[in-house]
Amino acid sequence: MLDSKIPAGKLEEKWTDYKGHCKLVNPANKRKLEVIIVGTGLAGASAAAALGEQGYQVKAFCFQDSPRRAHSIAAQGGINAAKNYQNDGDSIFRLFYDTIKGGDYRSREANVHRLSEVSGNIIDQCVAQGVPFAREYGGLLNNRSFGGVQVKRTFYAAGQTGQQLLIGAYQALERQVALGNVKMYSRHEMQDIVVIDGKARGIITRNLITGQLERFFGHSVILATGGYGNVFYLSTNAMGSNVTAAWRAHKKGAHFANPCFTQIHPTCIPVSGDHQSKLTLMSESLRNDGRIWVPKKQNDTRKPNDIPEEERDYYLERRYPAFGNLVPRDVASRAAKERCDAGYGVGTTKQAVYLDFRYNLINKYGRAEANKHGIQNPDTETLVRLGKEVVKEEYGNLFDMYEKITGENPYEVPMRIYPAVHYTMGGLWVDYELMTSVTGLFCLGEANFSDHGANRLGASALMQGLADGYFVIPYTMGNYLAGEIGVKPIPTSDRAFVEVEAQVNDRINRLMTIQGTQTVESFHKRLGKIMWEKCGMARNEQGLKEAIQEIRDLRTDFWKNVRIPGGIHEMNPELDKASRVADFLELGELMCMDALDRKESCGGHFREESQTSEGEALRNDEGFMHVSAWKQTGENAWQLDKEPLEYEVIKPTQRNYK
Amino acid sequence: MEHYNMNLTLKVWKQKNADTSGKFESYKVSNISSEMSFLEMFDVLNEQLVREGKEPVAFDHDCREGICGMCSMYINGRPHGPWQGTTTCQLHMRAFRDGDTIVVEPWRAKAFPVVKDLIVDRGAFDRIIQAGGYISVNTGNAQDGNNIPIPKDDADKSFAAAACIGCGACVAACKNSSALLFLSAKVSHLALLPQGDTERKQRALDMVAQMDKEGFGSCTNTGACEAVCPKEIEITNIARLNREYLSAGLATDSKSH
Repeated sequence: MLDSKIPAGKLEEKWTDYKGHCKLVNPANKRKLEVIIVGTGLAGASAAAALGEQGYQVKAFCFQDSPRRAHSIAAQGGINAAKNYQNDGDSIFRLFYDTIKGGDYRSREANVHRLSEVSGNIIDQCVAQGVPFAREYGGLLNNRSFGGVQVKRTFYAAGQTGQQLLIGAYQALERQVALGNVKMYSRHEMQDIVVIDGKARGIITRNLITGQLERFFGHSVILATGGYGNVFYLSTNAMGSNVTAAWRAHKKGAHFANPCFTQIHPTCIPVSGDHQSKLTLMSESLRNDGRIWVPKKQNDTRKPNDIPEEERDYYLERRYPAFGNLVPRDVASRAAKERCDAGYGVGTTKQAVYLDFRYNLINKYGRAEANKHGIQNPDTETLVRLGKEVVKEEYGNLFDMYEKITGENPYEVPMRIYPAVHYTMGGLWVDYELMTSVTGLFCLGEANFSDHGANRLGASALMQGLADGYFVIPYTMGNYLAGEIGVKPIPTSDRAFVEVEAQVNDRINRLMTIQGTQTVESFHKRLGKIMWEKCGMARNEQGLKEAIQEIRDLRTDFWKNVRIPGGIHEMNPELDKASRVADFLELGELMCMDALDRKESCGGHFREESQTSEGEALRNDEGFMHVSAWKQTGENAWQLDKEPLEYEVIKPTQRNYK
Repeated sequence: MEHYNMNLTLKVWKQKNADTSGKFESYKVSNISSEMSFLEMFDVLNEQLVREGKEPVAFDHDCREGICGMCSMYINGRPHGPWQGTTTCQLHMRAFRDGDTIVVEPWRAKAFPVVKDLIVDRGAFDRIIQAGGYISVNTGNAQDGNNIPIPKDDADKSFAAAACIGCGACVAACKNSSALLFLSAKVSHLALLPQGDTERKQRALDMVAQMDKEGFGSCTNTGACEAVCPKEIEITNIARLNREYLSAGLATDSKSH
C-alpha cells in the first residue's frame, strides 16, 4: 500500500517538526555520497545547486546543449509567494487555501501547506542571486495578480519570469560546477533506471552526440524531467519536452498518479494550419489587463474594433462576476470552448475568442499616466499613447511575440486566443519526502503529481519547482541518505548495470530495424489528435473507450511501420524523437484509462456526464476523493492503488467563482 | 494578414560530425505557407527527406518561442535571418517570397565547433558563466527580498541585460568571433545590482580570462553583435564591461587569487 508519510501533528507544524527531527548527514559523509539529477529546469537546477552547496557529489543531466535551455525558461507571467507586501490580506494560509481550492480539492493538505510556507523564502533566495524582479519606484518588489485569487501575490520580471528564475538557478548550478561539486552532462538523455536490491542506484543514458550508451551510479536518483503535455503533439511545451524518464521509472515500479489531470491554458495563440508544430502561450498575467469577449451575434464577421461595446459579450465577467477575467484556467478554458462550440467564435477558424487590452490601456494606464503628468481632459489618442508605454513595459515581449507569429498588432486590435495544452498536474506519485514508490528514486517539479490537484493555479509551477529543489529536497534527501552512508559506490560494471544497458540497447535496435514507411512525426500527430479530441477539454465514456482502442492500434502500427533514418552510433534526432513518441504511445492509453475511471469532473478533468445544470464541473467526493496511483503490472497492464485524501483543515465545497 | 504559398530552394550546410568536412546541399520545398515559422518549413523539408529515404538536416531547437536560445541558424548571411530582434524560431515565412533561394549555415566560430549540420557546441558559454557569472550565495542565506531596495531604473537596466538568451548570434555575427556582448550582458546584469557588487571586480577579470582561453576573438567595436541580437542587448553593456574590467585591473586587492 502507498504510504504518503505525512508527519503527524498540526498542519502548520508538520514541516517544522519534520525539519527538526529528520536525519542529517555530516559534511564528511556528504562528500562520499553521489546523487544523480536528471533534468535542469527550475526543480533540477535548484536541487543540483542546493545539494552541491551542501557537499554531495552531484551528477546532473539534460538533453539540451546547456542546462539553461530547460523549458522552465519559457514561463512568462510570474511566481507566487505569500509575502503580503501589498497589505491586501495575503497570508500563508490564504495561499494554501487558494491552491487547494484552485486544485479542486484533489491535492494533499500537508504538501500544499509546506509549499505555501516556503514560498517567501524562494523570493528572498532569488533576489539574493540577482534575479531582476520588477520593482516599484521606491525600489521595492512589485506584484501583479493571477487567476483564481483575489490578492496580488505574483512576483514577476516582465513576461520573462521563468527565464530570469532559471538563469538564477542555472548560475547557482554553474557555480557548483566550477567548485567541482556538480558534474554536468548535457546532450545526455536518460534511457532507464538501474535498481539494485530494491533501491534506485543509477541510470543509463544515451549520449546524443555519439549515440553511445553510458552508465552512471548514484546513491540516489532524482528525476526533475518536467511534464508530459507533448503527448497531445500540439502544446505550449518545448519540442523536446517528453515523458521518457518518468515513464521508464514507471516501468521500473514507480506509480504514476492522476495521469488524466491535464491543464488546458485558456490564452494561447490559436492553431493556424496543419503545419503547426507547437502552440504559444500568452501569459495569464495578460488577463489582469485584458478583457475576454466574443460578439453577441453568432458568426459575426465584422472586424473587432467595428463591433460596438453593447454588442460584445464579456462572457467571463457575465458568468463569474466575483472573479471575472481572473477565474482559474480550467474554468476560463471551458467557457471559451462553450462560446466557440455555440457558434460565437472569431477569426478564420472560428476557434478563437478576443483578449482585448484597449479598455485598460485607455482607462487604467492612460488615465493614470495623464494624471501623473497633470494632463487635463486628455483625448483618446493621448490616453492610448500614454497607456501604451505602460503596457509595453509590463508585457512588451509578449505583444512582440504575438505580432511575430500572427502578423497583427495587439496594441491596435484584440488578440485572438484559444485554449491549448500547457501543463500536466499528474506525474510520478511521490510521498511527503518527494520519494517515488521506488526506494531512493525522487521526483521533483512538474514531473511529480504532488501539489496542484486537478488544476494548477497560474504562477504556481515556478513556485513548486523551486520549493522542491531549494527548500524541500535538501532536507528529505538527507533523511534518506543518512541510511546509505555505509554503501560504497557500486561499480558500473555490476551485472545490474550491464543488464539494463542491454535492454536499452535492444529497444533501440528494435526501433532502428523496423524501417517502415511512415515518419515518427506522423505517428505523433495522430496520437495528438486522438488525445485532444477524446481526452482533452471534455471527455466522455464512449470517447475514452474508443481512444484506448485507437491508441493501441496506433502503437501496433508504429512498431511495424515507423521509419527512422540514420544510424545508432551517431547524432540522430529522429531516433531520439522516436524513442520519446514510443513512450507517449503507452502513456496516452494510461491517461485515457485514468480519465475513464474517474467518473466525476474536477479541475482540468471534465467528464461530460458529470456537470451541474449551469455546465460547471461536478465533483463526486464520495467516490473520488483520492489520488489514483497506477502501478504497471505487465506490458500495458495496470493496477490502480488509491491514496485517500483527508481534509483536516479545509472543508471541500463546490468551487464557486461567481 | 495576406496568406500565400511559396516554392523555395534551400542551400543548407551538411556536415556529418566535427571530424569531417562539410558542404552545401540543395533542396527544393514546395507549398510553404507564409504562416509557417522558419523551423516549421525545416520540419516540412525533413519529413520529405525521411520519406525519400534520405537523412534529414540536424538543427538545434526547443522552445520555439524565442526564449530558450537553442535555435541557431545563419540565414542568408545573418544570424537568425532578416527580422530585427527575432530568433530563428520566431522568424516566419512571410519574410520570404515565392522562388527565393535561402542559404542556411551553422554559427561559424572557432570556439563553437560544428557538432553536425547546423548544430554547434556552445559549451564555451557555460564555461564563461562558471568562471564567475553568478553571485556567490548559498541556498538559505537570504534576507527578506524587500530589505534590498533597488532603484527601478537600475533593476530595469539589469533586467534588460539579463534578457540575453545565450544563443551565440553575437559571436556568429562578429568578424572576430568575439563573445563580448554575451559576457558584458552577464557582467552588467550582476554589476547593476547591489547584490552583485561584492564580487564585481573579480567577476569581470575571471570571465574575460575564460573568454580568451576559449578562443573567442577581440572586440573591435563594429557593433555587428548588437545589430543581430534577437533580444536587442545593447552594446553599451560592452562599455560598462570595459569600465568594470579596467577598474578591476587597477585595483590591487582584486588580484588575490
